[in-house]
Amino acid sequence: MDFLNALVALSNFVLVPAIAYGSQLALGALGVTLIYGILRFSNFAHGDTMAFGAMVTVLVTWWMQSIGISFGPLPTALLALPFGILGTMALLLFTDRVVYKFYREQKAKPVILVIVSMGVMFIMNGLVRFIIGPGDQRFADGERFIISARDFKTMTGLKEGLAIKTTQGITVVVAVICVIALFWFLNRTRTGKSMRAYSDNEDLALLSGINPERVVMYTWLIVAALAATAGVLYGLDKSFKPFVYFQLLLPIFASAIVGGLGNPLGAIAGGFVIAFSEVTITYAWKKVAKYMLPESLEPSSLAQLLSTDYKFAVSFVILLIVLLFKPTGLFKGKAV
Amino acid sequence: MNETVKNTGLFAIVAGLIVMTGFMQSWNSAILIINMGLISAIMAIGVNLQWGFAGLFNVGVMGFVALGGLAVVLIAGDFTPETWSAGGFGIVLALLLGATTVAAAVMISKKMAKGRARTVAMLAVLVVGFVVYRAVFDPNVAAVEAINPAAAGNIGGLGLPVLLAWPAGGLLAAGAAWLIGKTALGLRSDYLAIATLGIAEIIIAVLKNEDWLARGVKNVIGLPRPVPYEIDLQNDPSFVERAAGMGLDPVMASTLYVKLGYSVLFMVVLLVLLWMAQMALKSPWGRMMRAIRDNEVAAEAMGKDVTRRHLQIFVLGSAVCGIAGAMMTTLDGQLTPGTYNPLRFTFLVWVMVIVGGSGNNFGAVLGAMLIWFLWVQVEPLGIWLMQLLTSGMAEDSALRDHLLDSAAHMRLLTMGVILLLVLRFSPRGLIPEK
Repeated sequence: MDFLNALVALSNFVLVPAIAYGSQLALGALGVTLIYGILRFSNFAHGDTMAFGAMVTVLVTWWMQSIGISFGPLPTALLALPFGILGTMALLLFTDRVVYKFYREQKAKPVILVIVSMGVMFIMNGLVRFIIGPGDQRFADGERFIISARDFKTMTGLKEGLAIKTTQGITVVVAVICVIALFWFLNRTRTGKSMRAYSDNEDLALLSGINPERVVMYTWLIVAALAATAGVLYGLDKSFKPFVYFQLLLPIFASAIVGGLGNPLGAIAGGFVIAFSEVTITYAWKKVAKYMLPESLEPSSLAQLLSTDYKFAVSFVILLIVLLFKPTGLFKGKAV
Repeated sequence: MNETVKNTGLFAIVAGLIVMTGFMQSWNSAILIINMGLISAIMAIGVNLQWGFAGLFNVGVMGFVALGGLAVVLIAGDFTPETWSAGGFGIVLALLLGATTVAAAVMISKKMAKGRARTVAMLAVLVVGFVVYRAVFDPNVAAVEAINPAAAGNIGGLGLPVLLAWPAGGLLAAGAAWLIGKTALGLRSDYLAIATLGIAEIIIAVLKNEDWLARGVKNVIGLPRPVPYEIDLQNDPSFVERAAGMGLDPVMASTLYVKLGYSVLFMVVLLVLLWMAQMALKSPWGRMMRAIRDNEVAAEAMGKDVTRRHLQIFVLGSAVCGIAGAMMTTLDGQLTPGTYNPLRFTFLVWVMVIVGGSGNNFGAVLGAMLIWFLWVQVEPLGIWLMQLLTSGMAEDSALRDHLLDSAAHMRLLTMGVILLLVLRFSPRGLIPEK
C-alpha cells in the first residue's frame, strides 16, 4: 500500500482535470441559468455563443502574436479575451434587438423562444464556420506547465508525477474571479438587485419601476462575458473546434438543471457535479488501485466503469436521475 | 384564390424546381433530391405529429433516425451462425441481465417504503447487477469482435428481407422513445428538449463505439437492397433492349431505373403514413390532442390524461422517424455512424416542419421537399455567388481564397435565416393549420 502515490495519481488524472473542466462547465452553465432566470427560455445557441467568443479571441490572439505582443509565461489569449468579450457582447445585443425583442413584446411561449434560439444557433454556427472554418485551431502559447510530471517526481521523489498545465491553473483562477465578480454584482449593485427581483417575480419588479429592457440588456452583457470566457478557457485547455462547442451544450444544460435552473449557485455546483462524475466514471482506476490494494487483490482489467467515449452518457444519466427524483434540481431552481 | 389552388400551386413550384434541376444539372441528381426529399418528408411527418399535434419539442430526431438505420443492419444483415455460437447469445444474455437489474431497481424504488433501507437496496442491486453484466458482457464481446474483424466482427443480422427492417426500425425507435418519454414527459417542456438532445448523442455514441453491434466507425457496407443492382440490369439483355428502345444508354437507364424504384417505394410509404396522419388529425383522438396542446389545464379538467397522451404521440412520432431512418440506410446501402450530425438530422427537420406549416401534414411534406432542395442547392449556389462577388479581386488574394473555401458553410447560415424569417413573418408556415 502506498497512500501518497495513490493520492498523487488520483490528483493527476482525476482531481486536477475535473476541477478545470468543472470550472469551464460552471461558467457555461451560469450563462444558461441567467438567461433562463431573466429571459425564461433555454438558450440552445449558448454553445455557439461560446464558440463565437472564442473565435474572436483566437483571431485577436493571432494578430497579437503576429505583431509580437506576448504575455510572458501566460497565454496571449488572456490579453485578447477582452476583445472576445466585446465582440460577443456586440453580437448578443444585436441578436436581441433583431430577433428576441420581437418575441418578448409578443409575450411568446417559452418553447417558441427555444425554437428561435435554435435558428440563432444555426446562424452563429454558420458564421463561426464561415469565418474560421470547421477545423481545429491552436492558439495557446506561453509556458505549457506550472509544474510538469518530471519536475514533480524529482522534487518529491515519488513514483507518480503530478502535472498541472498552465491552462488548468488559469481556468480555475479566472473562473473564481468571474464568479466572485458576478455574485458581487448580483448581490451588491442596484442593477444586480433589479435583475434578481425581475427573475423572482416579473410583475412585482415591473410595478416597482424596474425597466425590463435594461435588465435584459445587462443580462445579455453578462452572459456574453461569461460565454466568451468559458469558450476561451475551454479552447485553451483542450483545443478550439466549432463543433465541440455545440456538443458542450449537453453537459452545460445538465449542469444548469442538476443545480436548479435559474439558480446561479446551483449552476456552479452542477458544473462540478457533472465534471467530477464524467471524469471519475470514465477513468481507468487500475493505477490508483495498484497503490491502494494488496497485490493479491489488484484488478486485472483497467477497472474502468465506462469508456471515455460515453462521457456524454454520464452527464445525461445524472440529468435523468435528477429529473426523476428532484425535478427542480439540487438547489431550488425555478418550479416546474 | 382558394386554398386548394394555392397549396397545389406551392407543390407545383417545388416540383418545378426539381424538374429544373433535372434539365440544368442531371436527372440522376434530381431523382436523388426527390428520394431524400421523400425520406425527409416522412421525418417531418413524425416531428409534425409531436410538435404540430401535441406541442412536444423533440430535438432527438437524429437518434431515432440512427436507430432505424441500426434496425436495417440487425434485420437484413447477413446471418452468421458462428458469431452467435461464439458470443452472440452471451451478449443477449448480458443485455437481458442489465435490463433485469434496472427493472429490479425500479421495482424496489416503487415497492419499498422511502428511507435508508430502500436507497441501500437499490444501490446494492445496481452495483451487483453492473458487475455481473460486465462480467458476462466483456468476454462475449471480445469473442464476437475477434471473428473476422477486417470484414465483420459484429453479431450480424437475421438475413431477413430488407423491407421488414423498415417497420422494425420504427419499433426500435418507439422503444427508445418510450423510455425517454416515461422520464421526461410531464415535466416542463424544455426538459424534454434537453433529454431528447442527450439521448440522440448517446445513441450515436453507442453506434460509434459498440463494434459488436454494427461495427462502429468501421461502418457496415453492402446492405441488401429492395431493388435490383445496376450491374445486373446492364447485363440483362432484355433491359438493355428496352433502354435502347427509349433512346437511353444502358448505364444511364439502369441508374435511373434503380433510383426510380426507390422513389416508388418511398412514395408508397409516404402516402400510407400521410393518410394515417390525416385520419388521426381528423379523428376524435386528433381533436383531443390539439385540445391538450392548446390548453393542458382545461384538457386535464375534462378528464384527459395529459401525460399518457403525450407519451403516446411521442412514441408514435419517434417511430415514424425510425421508419424514415431505416429507409435512408436502405437507400445508402450502408450504415455510417460517423455521418450522423444533429444539425443535419435534427434541426434541419425542424426547419422543414416550421417552414412547411406546423400542425399541417401537407405542410410538413411540402416543407421537407422544399428545404431539402435548398439544402442541396444552396452550396453550389453559394459558391457561384462567391465567385461572382470575388471576381473583382486579385487572383491570389487571400481573402478571395478564404471566401471561396468557406462558401460551403453558407448552408447553415441560410437555414438559420430562413427559419428566423418564417418564424417572424409567417409563423404559421407555408400551408397553415386549418
